[in-house]
Amino acid sequence: MTRKIVIDPVTRVEGHGKVTIHLDDEGEVLQSRFHIVEFRGFERFVQGRPYWEAPVLVQRLCGICPVSHHLAGAKAMDVVVGAGTGDGLTATAEKIRRLMHYGQVFQSHSLHFFHLASPDLLFGYDSAPETRNVIGVALANRELATQAVMMRKYGQEVIAATAGKKIHGTGAIPGGVNKSLSTAERDALLQGPAPLNADQMVAWSQGALEFFKDYYRKNKDFIDNFSRFSSNHLSLVRKDGGLDLYHGVLRAVDSEGRRILDDADPQDYLQYLGEEVKSWSYMKFPFLLAVGQENGWYRVGPLARLNVADFIPTPLAQREFEAFKAATGGQPNDMCMHTHWARLIEILHAAEMMRDLLQDPDITGSRLIVKGKRQAEGVGIIEAPRGTLIHHFRVGEDDLIQMANLIVSTTHNNEPMNRAVGCVARKMLAKTKEITEGMLNAIEVAIRAYDPCLSCATHAYGQMPLEVSLFDSSGRLLSQRRKNSRF
Amino acid sequence: MDVEIPSRPILVYGYGNPGRQDDGLGPVLVEHLEAWAKAEKISGMAFDSNYQLNAEDALAVAESRAVVFIDASKEGKPPFEFHPLKPQKEISFSTHAMAPESVLALAVELYDAKPPAWILTIRGFSWEPNEPPSAAALSHLSAAREYLQVWLRHEISSQR
Repeated sequence: MTRKIVIDPVTRVEGHGKVTIHLDDEGEVLQSRFHIVEFRGFERFVQGRPYWEAPVLVQRLCGICPVSHHLAGAKAMDVVVGAGTGDGLTATAEKIRRLMHYGQVFQSHSLHFFHLASPDLLFGYDSAPETRNVIGVALANRELATQAVMMRKYGQEVIAATAGKKIHGTGAIPGGVNKSLSTAERDALLQGPAPLNADQMVAWSQGALEFFKDYYRKNKDFIDNFSRFSSNHLSLVRKDGGLDLYHGVLRAVDSEGRRILDDADPQDYLQYLGEEVKSWSYMKFPFLLAVGQENGWYRVGPLARLNVADFIPTPLAQREFEAFKAATGGQPNDMCMHTHWARLIEILHAAEMMRDLLQDPDITGSRLIVKGKRQAEGVGIIEAPRGTLIHHFRVGEDDLIQMANLIVSTTHNNEPMNRAVGCVARKMLAKTKEITEGMLNAIEVAIRAYDPCLSCATHAYGQMPLEVSLFDSSGRLLSQRRKNSRF
Repeated sequence: MDVEIPSRPILVYGYGNPGRQDDGLGPVLVEHLEAWAKAEKISGMAFDSNYQLNAEDALAVAESRAVVFIDASKEGKPPFEFHPLKPQKEISFSTHAMAPESVLALAVELYDAKPPAWILTIRGFSWEPNEPPSAAALSHLSAAREYLQVWLRHEISSQR
């Protein structure tokens, strides 16, 4: 007989996650599962809608990273309107989109590090929950928390300037963009009054990296070994091997660094990626077809991207990348908590990219749209903050969307998150048969490294309890822990 | 020489996803109120909306003399509820948003600012990926708009 632990956060709509850990009579972990109620109805919802609506419609999918969906949808529709498969836009259109995307990555990564990860680092994941949040950070390190607020604000302003508005932006359209930056907008973002300017964002990004590296020096064992397991890694990468979050070819490496997907054209993703369905989960399990279901699963996101890329094409981030690679002798990095390190390097890269783009004359250009021969379908792939995001649409001759297939980052990371929970459960349950606050927190920390979008679309004034229950082999409740939150 | 210092505005902040029917009641009401203030030439208010509240909103709170948050509600009393808020720490599980009380608490900790704050929650019913809000929720929104217009007029005039 087995015992079962359940972690069950519930939200109003579909942002619903649950962890179950099955134990045998000796208290050893037999199986761990991380369930997310994935919303699949959206793909049906866009069917029958005009293709040009897609870049705006897809933002309904997620209130956390709407810009990523906006740009992936626009990229797919670029192909449909005959604007090429990523290199056919005008210089201004591509650079405005890149600025929008790096602004999104910058603010999203900043939120994750300062709001979700830094409390764990400042206080330890076994500290009191009431202090392990951004307000606790503000009390303990006001400068760090103030920087977090301003970095978020700067990223939001970049998005508003390029997408037109904060909610349901319209900046990216099939074949290009509908606006460039005015010189006033450019100057405000590039050299506005301190601290909201591009140079300050680069400097603060470097400071955040130093904060992490200082913590790492003092807590090397935890950072290196917490929830560590080897995997394959998948990411877009520039054709020359450089890190590129907006466009490139699909590349995957195995745990030894061997290429198992060699710079494939994103339009052909179905030739290389499959999705396995498991009876116990609403969310599919993507895998590399060439490797197979058993061993073809992979990580996506910051850690995977730095494992896949050969270099970073901005100087300050490249220097940090070299130190990151040196930590593993150039081999793929399989240390879960190093994801935070990788994320911070990407924050610095995003800050450098924004500064470079704002200094580029094309950013205020007037050639915004191109069109060509109409195509029946298109694929748009982008490296969203959490990882690879795939949008695939087929459009009829009546201009209405006939088919949509979306694979979001959290789905790619489905198997890794399950493995992460298993790693933590095996370690923590070896010490006690009771659900402790520390165990609950450790599971959170392991999942959090992947930055999953649990509350993916909406929220309101409701509650999202996090509950852990331990049952014995007869189904009797042995132990229960619960957290209350408003989301 | 006396210099007139512009008074800080009342911040009216709606949050939610307008692409998810009633979840967007907050931003929709803010749009209505902004248009109303413009038409009526009422100054002294700042309007903002977003999908969620987050850390950077603490700065906007700190720069305001009062704050009214507007959100949709799944279980509140229809047509709407309106009550004051106090700063309060919140705990979350891998969430990417903040509760309004948490934003207020962050404004206290980072900027020593504690403007009076309220929340108006409009009872909604439908949360599918569609627009516009449901008919029932729009009728609640209409009642909430009328109430808030009177309340805001009173607050603005009482500060003059």
